[in-house]
Amino acid sequence: MKKRAVVLRFPGTNCEFDTEYALKKQGFDVEIIWHKEETLPECDLVVVPGGFSYGDYLRAGSIARFAPIMKAVESYANEGGYVLGICNGFQILTEAGLLPGALKRNNNLHFISKMQHIKVINNDNKFLSKCEVGEVLEVPVAHADGNYYIDDEGLEELKKNNQILVRYCDKDGYPMILNGSVEQIAGVCNKTKNVFGLMPHPERAIELILGSTDGVKMLEGFAS
Amino acid sequence: MKAIVNVFLKEGVLDPQGKAAHHALESLGFKGVNDVRIGKQIVIDLDAKNKEEALQKVKEMSETLLANTVIEDYNIEIVE
Repeated sequence: MKKRAVVLRFPGTNCEFDTEYALKKQGFDVEIIWHKEETLPECDLVVVPGGFSYGDYLRAGSIARFAPIMKAVESYANEGGYVLGICNGFQILTEAGLLPGALKRNNNLHFISKMQHIKVINNDNKFLSKCEVGEVLEVPVAHADGNYYIDDEGLEELKKNNQILVRYCDKDGYPMILNGSVEQIAGVCNKTKNVFGLMPHPERAIELILGSTDGVKMLEGFAS
Repeated sequence: MKAIVNVFLKEGVLDPQGKAAHHALESLGFKGVNDVRIGKQIVIDLDAKNKEEALQKVKEMSETLLANTVIEDYNIEIVE
């Protein structure tokens, strides 16, 4: 049977169609759901895609996290359902408390939009199960508020539980400061490893014409 | 009643906007600037029986939405 994915859409979301396209290529049936819905259809994965929900007013993700559909997403996640937040989706999931930490304005105050290398730190989770630890992937980033912050205690927790998914690095895998993130963190998961968030866009790196296909093996994790 | 909420990044959390403004002030020749922090001010007009009730309400608003307490601190001023 085909796997089913749901992609959320808020006012200001702009990556829902790219995400839909990428997931369809992975064999998913995909449904885009408006934020005013209060229930989720039965599915194997919920993706909170990138964009600028509510114009990033107040803080990126801070208003979207109270949208009606988010209650359903929270229950879905608490029951062990897989949730992936990409870019603005990552911001929404941290604001909702489904992922630890927070995302601040980039240290250089720029909107950073470019191809970026990231290093796989942990793969003992569904999302990165098709990637190798230490593997360097090339995936685009496009954000103004991607500067991941977590306090020292939280950071220790992340390390202890293998919750750091990817870090920014150079092409050889050496640490690279992109936006000021604590320890170059580009993505994390929750303790139970069913909620994932990252700033880079795997859905934008799925065909050679896009400059990289490394996003495929990331998304493949959910398809298996 | 009117409430003023000031939201700032916590001490110890680097404030990139404050830092940029600090550098700009220095390069404009302003001397003795030790630190610059940039936050936001939210002004709320609300119904409340008294100051205490207003404070209670705005505190809840701040914790729920106006500040992200993972990275931000806030203070509330009730103006009658």
